Amino acid sequence: MAESKPKPKVKKEVTPMPKQAPEVRRGNFNEVALGYTEEQAKEEANRCLQCPKPQCIQGCPVEIDIPAFIKAIREGKFDEAIMKIKEKNSLPAICGRVCPQEEQCQKFCVIGKVGDPVSIGRLERFVADWERERGFTMPERATPTGKKIVVVGAGPAGLTVAADLAKLGYEVVIFEALHLPGGVLVYGIPEFRLPKSIVQAEVNYIKKLGADLRLGYLVGRTYTIPELLKSRGFDAVFIGTGAGLPQFMGVPGENFGGIYSANEFLIRVNLMKAYAFPAYDTPIRIGKHVVVIGGGNVAMDSARSALRLGAEEVCIVYRRSREEMPARKEEIENAEEEGIICKFLAAPTRFIGDEKGWVKAMECICMELGPPDESGRRRPVPVKGSEFVMDVDTVVVAIGRTPNPIIQRTTEGLQVTKWGTIVADENGKTSLEGVYAGGDIVTGEATVISAMGAGKKAARAIHEYLMNKK
Amino acid sequence: MYKILTKKELAPKIKLFEVYAPQIAEKAKPGQFIIVVINEKGERIPLTLAGYDAKKGAITFVFNEVGKTTKQLGLLKEGDHVENITGPLGNPSEIKNFGKVLCVSGGVMIAPMLLQVQALREAGNNVTTVIGARIKELLFFEDEMKALSQELYVATDDGSKGYTGLEFLKEIIAKEKFDRCVTMGPVVMMKNVCEITKPFGIPTVVTLTPIMVDAMGMCGVCRVTVGGKMKFGCLDGPEFDGHQVDFDELIKRQRLFLPEERLSSLLWELGGCRCGGK
Repeated sequence: MAESKPKPKVKKEVTPMPKQAPEVRRGNFNEVALGYTEEQAKEEANRCLQCPKPQCIQGCPVEIDIPAFIKAIREGKFDEAIMKIKEKNSLPAICGRVCPQEEQCQKFCVIGKVGDPVSIGRLERFVADWERERGFTMPERATPTGKKIVVVGAGPAGLTVAADLAKLGYEVVIFEALHLPGGVLVYGIPEFRLPKSIVQAEVNYIKKLGADLRLGYLVGRTYTIPELLKSRGFDAVFIGTGAGLPQFMGVPGENFGGIYSANEFLIRVNLMKAYAFPAYDTPIRIGKHVVVIGGGNVAMDSARSALRLGAEEVCIVYRRSREEMPARKEEIENAEEEGIICKFLAAPTRFIGDEKGWVKAMECICMELGPPDESGRRRPVPVKGSEFVMDVDTVVVAIGRTPNPIIQRTTEGLQVTKWGTIVADENGKTSLEGVYAGGDIVTGEATVISAMGAGKKAARAIHEYLMNKK
Repeated sequence: MYKILTKKELAPKIKLFEVYAPQIAEKAKPGQFIIVVINEKGERIPLTLAGYDAKKGAITFVFNEVGKTTKQLGLLKEGDHVENITGPLGNPSEIKNFGKVLCVSGGVMIAPMLLQVQALREAGNNVTTVIGARIKELLFFEDEMKALSQELYVATDDGSKGYTGLEFLKEIIAKEKFDRCVTMGPVVMMKNVCEITKPFGIPTVVTLTPIMVDAMGMCGVCRVTVGGKMKFGCLDGPEFDGHQVDFDELIKRQRLFLPEERLSSLLWELGGCRCGGK
């Protein structure tokens, strides 16, 4: 086994991720990153120092034993590696692709101090894909508890709760409002970053664990939370309804044709597969000059989708500078490689439409950065008289999402903040007995993995609550 | 999967389906709508509920075969299934005893109006109804409406039956005092009704059917300007104060995808798209 021991000198550079070339990928919706080969995975795993006191784990919201799974990869024991991950994470193929690892586990990696941190995310992805291609191994389920749980929303938080509680022997019913499961994983994140077949496979795994998934049930309308607890025989509820409501800028002309919320744009493209129109029934209209307003991952996803839909030019307009952009660095790089232009320090002031009510131009104002605001980033301040006009025919507004209010409006006694998020403690416990919540519906728009982390804690809390309740 | 229990043709290209959907039938109220997804590649189309029977676990809706999806839907038979139905969606209508109510409906929306009229009658209202269509052949539910109404008027665009257009409403309104007007139908018709009732100060409720995708507040394509503010048809509606609605903007927004809708419908009639999703 001498070969599998770490080399005395650790390679400082990360093993590069094979990708589709920019000029090829901008013309298709296939996944950009192609994934490591077995050799590449072992090579990258060999860079791990196997620290006696690993720092990386503290950066993982679901506390995966990272050095242990990397060690298994190094030894070629891919099955052991994935089982190690799945002790904590039921959606590894998804997390390996969309977690902001550079802000989490990899941020704490010790080699990161002298070179590139170990690419933990790519290794997680590798073993998750390795297992999926060979068929999932099902974990053992505990003896049935006889208790019923309802999970509202089949997104990252809800799926995590469902998986954890199903494994613990609960009868779990998931109510999903859309006609497909996955939440933001299917309606928000594009195919080229997260293939929908992978989401489907991971959802199927959770169904095999015993969770009963019902699609097209909008809790708050089809059933209410108090009703589920009082008359439908459920012992606890988990609300993971996410941040699904689009925000608009409130500038004149925002209702012209060709102006989409990022949610509308991405729902059409991802959930409804409008990129395959007319084979799929839902259309999307894309012009020549597309502008995306915003600087987050959703803005990047929208811009890159627009490019793939045939736009001649795609420009991201962001009111602060590159340094303040909330998008992942990797995604900004991917976008720029594909030819997307970023225009910093500018914000729209109004839209100009043609006689048919279609947008034809956008007036912007230049910004400069003032002192930091409550988010800690420097506040953009309009520069007087700096207005300019851009010719545009498609606009995507990607300036953030807020919680959907339907449950809050229909659940008496549920405490809600002034931002519309549900008040919950660190374990997801809300103001109502037996009602737990987690993910974006509690924190406001955040990441897939933080929603999963919240789901894990809530599942643990629900289990404790029901085991102690007589 | 949702099973079609009953299928009826009410008028040329206007069909009524009764579908087994117990969880919706149990909760539905007048004014609410559903989203239908016909198959795996289908779009999400909103349809206003025309009836529900909790005992039978069935809901009823009526549609006009205008686009690809509704044409495909029209070919389904009793015993066939549709992929998914979500609902009930939207806020229920405000139903109470208003006094004397004028109910004006046209086209396919005559069907949900019948449900509305029933509810208004049960709440003790005196109801006058107007039903309209482009031509007399497209009228339906005339007898059903008559049975529930104090007075029933019929109007067609071409004058083939009853009054021509809606101008006659002015005389009726001038003669009788209405406490409320409820209108459901094509946007242009609702706009006309609102213009007629406004000078008389009759509170007028319209049911808006803007373009929708998810229909639960996520996409915002159904945004309408009401009283100068942005509202979502699915979440804040579908009913709004008709005198506050910016109808001209709504009419433009309803036509956003007209070329694509026509293409889709035409390709389908020619035997379906063969591009295989590429």
